[in-house]
Amino acid sequence: MRFGAKIVDLACLNHFSRVINTIAKLAKSCTLRLTDSKLYFILSDKVANGGVSMWCELCQGNFFDEFQMEGVAAEHNEIYLELVPENLSRALKTAQSAKAVKIKLTNKHCPCLRVAVELPSLSSSSRIVTHDIPVGVIPRRLWNDFREPRVPDFDVSIYLPALKTMKSVVERMKNLSNSIVIEANLSGEMNLKIETDLVSVTTHFKDLGNPPWASEDGYQSSVQDRDLESMAEARIDIKKLQQLLAGQQVNPTKALCNIVSKRIVHFILLHEDVSLQYFIPALA
Amino acid sequence: ASLDNARHLSSLLRAVHFQDHATCFATANGLRVTVEDAKCIQANAFIQAEIFQEFAVQEESVTFRINLSVLLDCLTIFGTGSLPGTTTALRMCYRGYGYPLMLFLEEGGVVTVCKINTQEPDELLDFDFCSTKVVNKIILQSEGLREAFAELDMTSEVLQITMSPDKPYFRLSTFGNAGSAHLDYPRDSDLMEAFHCNQTQTNRYKISLLKPSTKALALSCKVSIRTDAQGFLSLQYMIRNEDGQICFVEYYCCPDEDITEAEL
Repeated sequence: MRFGAKIVDLACLNHFSRVINTIAKLAKSCTLRLTDSKLYFILSDKVANGGVSMWCELCQGNFFDEFQMEGVAAEHNEIYLELVPENLSRALKTAQSAKAVKIKLTNKHCPCLRVAVELPSLSSSSRIVTHDIPVGVIPRRLWNDFREPRVPDFDVSIYLPALKTMKSVVERMKNLSNSIVIEANLSGEMNLKIETDLVSVTTHFKDLGNPPWASEDGYQSSVQDRDLESMAEARIDIKKLQQLLAGQQVNPTKALCNIVSKRIVHFILLHEDVSLQYFIPALA
Repeated sequence: ASLDNARHLSSLLRAVHFQDHATCFATANGLRVTVEDAKCIQANAFIQAEIFQEFAVQEESVTFRINLSVLLDCLTIFGTGSLPGTTTALRMCYRGYGYPLMLFLEEGGVVTVCKINTQEPDELLDFDFCSTKVVNKIILQSEGLREAFAELDMTSEVLQITMSPDKPYFRLSTFGNAGSAHLDYPRDSDLMEAFHCNQTQTNRYKISLLKPSTKALALSCKVSIRTDAQGFLSLQYMIRNEDGQICFVEYYCCPDEDITEAEL
């Protein structure tokens, strides 16, 4: 099992750091899956996470100038590692003006991701700052736990409103209530609602647009049969929603959510070269 | 009532937000929001009817008690940033006794509706502070006091205010762990707009009660400091909002009796 990669371009480096920062805000610890073409940051829906799950996919070619990996075995050319993204995020903070960053999987005393940051210096030899981030190697027999989640049979799919507005509103609502109801319909309307003994607040968004989904297994027809005005709703933990919104450092190219009434809300945030899916289950 | 820019209301209310609950009192003249603590301090924010685009009160007056933290969260639901060009428009409705306060806020086509439960109004303290009973009065430009108040030695239990027709004229003192600090303002200072002191008075006030007034001071352009024969303190802050309109916030405070009596 081997892995080595290098980033030389500063813009790619900053972009990669931003992605890691977003992941670090969403998960204390997660799984990093490496294939020869992609990197995946995966959080599976264990009870410890409050049922939240995440799937983030990046094309390595968009970030790395060099990328070599050799998986566990020829037929399974992949590596699964357990890591704390905050550690990686902190290591990359030192790389803000770096000449190059090399990431390598090592196993001196225990498995680590070694991040070597080459910094510019006045003398002819460059300074290198090395961070060793401990990782856990996930054995092949557990790989099934980390499969890509299916898009659920949603009741309504709708584009999200401007994230900045959504972020402000959800942050204020977080002061007032622990749970929030997201409801939306196929006429491009979405409401965010909280209700407690002291106060009830509803924010109405209109003209959001509903994304068209390619018909698969004919479930598009079941969505078409649905009354356009009728709302699908789910009550979710407001902190989880706020974490998702607060973690977005750049505006996504496309942002939408799929609601399965009373069961789960599936958020999809697409940037040019990163896709992030986040599932928040409905509260009992 | 309706208001084009909700910040005109929210920034003023933040200047008196040192307790969770406030009493709202509306008459044809406008809105008064009162916050009290420990039966020693009272802060009032006045927003005249003229500040609002629409202001109508059905009966002579309307009073209710409301959670001020919740009200502020609702008024600032679209964020507290004051970006030029983005304002939140506000409509407030109160049907009467037992009904919740309804707020309708709109920014950029997005509408938020809030329903805040109201309660029975409490009895409010009446400081009975009128101009005829004032012994000493000073009007200062706020910028002169801002730094002083922001840097008050909070390890001191009291803030002592001395006002006198003779030196030191106007002195703020604290007695903290590191020692005592005195800040003097001469009567002929540029910051002094009016100086009417008839008697030398030294009064002490619990510093923790007065510290919240720093918020009002930060917003204001002028402050009037008055004391009466019993040593009751009135701080009146003149605040100019984003549109240049004037509003007032007032703090009343009782002197710290434990110490004053001990001195006697």
